[in-house]
Amino acid sequence: MKRIKEAWPAIALIAVLIAIWWLTVHLTHSLIFPTPWGVVTGTWELLRNGTLWEHIGASLMRVGAGFGLAVCLAVPLGLWMGWVSGAYRTLNPLFQILRPISPIAWIPIAILWFGVGDASPIYLIFISSVFPMIVQTTVGVHTIEKRYLRAAENFGVSRGTLFKQVVIPAVLPQVLVGMRIGLGVAWLVVVAAEMIALHSGLGYMIMDSRNAGNRYDLVVAGMIIIGLIGLSLDTIMRLLEGVRWIRWRYAH
Amino acid sequence: MRTKIEVRGLKKSFQSDKGPLPVVDDVSFTVGDGEFVAVVGPSGCGKTTLMNMMAGFVRPDSGAVLIDGAPRSKPNAKGILISQQGSVFPWLTVRENLMFGLNGHAGDDRMAVADHYADIVGLKGFEDSFPHELSGGMLKRTELARALAVKPEILYMDEPFSALDALMSLRMRTELLRILAEERHTTLLITHDVEEAIHLADRVVVLSPRPTRIQAVYEVPIAHPRKISSRAAQELRVTILRELGVEREVPV
Repeated sequence: MKRIKEAWPAIALIAVLIAIWWLTVHLTHSLIFPTPWGVVTGTWELLRNGTLWEHIGASLMRVGAGFGLAVCLAVPLGLWMGWVSGAYRTLNPLFQILRPISPIAWIPIAILWFGVGDASPIYLIFISSVFPMIVQTTVGVHTIEKRYLRAAENFGVSRGTLFKQVVIPAVLPQVLVGMRIGLGVAWLVVVAAEMIALHSGLGYMIMDSRNAGNRYDLVVAGMIIIGLIGLSLDTIMRLLEGVRWIRWRYAH
Repeated sequence: MRTKIEVRGLKKSFQSDKGPLPVVDDVSFTVGDGEFVAVVGPSGCGKTTLMNMMAGFVRPDSGAVLIDGAPRSKPNAKGILISQQGSVFPWLTVRENLMFGLNGHAGDDRMAVADHYADIVGLKGFEDSFPHELSGGMLKRTELARALAVKPEILYMDEPFSALDALMSLRMRTELLRILAEERHTTLLITHDVEEAIHLADRVVVLSPRPTRIQAVYEVPIAHPRKISSRAAQELRVTILRELGVEREVPV
């Protein structure tokens, strides 16, 4: 009940925007831009013939692969860079140069190296999500409160215990922040990557709908679906905040 | 009484913008085995730096700290530091915190030791709680129990109760005395609270303002349980406050 109460202004705003959208299309007699109802019927059409699920599956698979690879590399590398100052001094400047390069700028090189199959978008997703996660993990190590490290030093625990019981749990909340950023970027990038020379995925679906007969109802449907899936992915990541190694950070 | 700690000519300066800032200037004293020594001094005088050198966290510029006649240069589990801010790990339960320093024991054994000390400090029933579920006083108990569990020879306490309210601070003092009556540890207490020092310590070392030296040493020849309101305690309190240069502010 409380949730409904809190959500109603947002729902009302969206309803108002949809109403304005509908009204504007009607008043301008646009032949190309769809009405909200047109988008609903378009979505239904995609659902019925099964192509929507294929495109969603293809996009999620690419994000899963690229993002998964990025996590596997970024977390250990970030921990290492945070812990060993020599590694930080060596790698951080390079990463700070690579990080602001838009993943879109990587597209030509991705095609050159990986061709036009699945490997290109996976590489683009990897390259776009790996840096935020490295940075956040490193920051996480650097911001471990000194008093905890001192306590560990005082009790003279082994390196294994130090890592397992102090460093990792202290850093995990920051890692999760990095993963949320990384996954958000990955989802942004997959759509852009699929607009190039691929034949599946939500990005392809949008471009294909436009190219094959100005089906703007399907374009808008695709955009809304992308937004909703992006929101769901972040919601799933936020559920991880409840995991016990992370929960301490948010429990106050 | 056998000498447990010998502090010999400790000096320490820190680098500041205006050149070296001497903080501790030639401090020497000894602490007997099982003795409780309180160190009082004006705030910012270098008490904490002195304690950090004694516990091995900070290297002195010159001088040495000898434990049982052997020089101490690094922290170890034979002397546990309890600081004002506390260092109970927020991501571990009370029991896991207490088990943290118990490396050498077998699994079941560690748990038994942890639960024993939880009981001693009055945390029975809270073994599975997380720190954020505890009050400030209970956190201090957890910290104390974690230190006691490794059976340290020396307890270094740096303003351990000053973040607590007056009532809880008083209760913690009484608890500490009760515990120390059961398990005698050599204890070094740094405090700005003269009353606390007189309540707890066998001897009170008064430090000068920065760069700090030993200004005076007082025995506390009052048998436990002590009454702070007793004539002897009050007279000693006034004497020490006078030594600290605040006699005019002392309410009689």
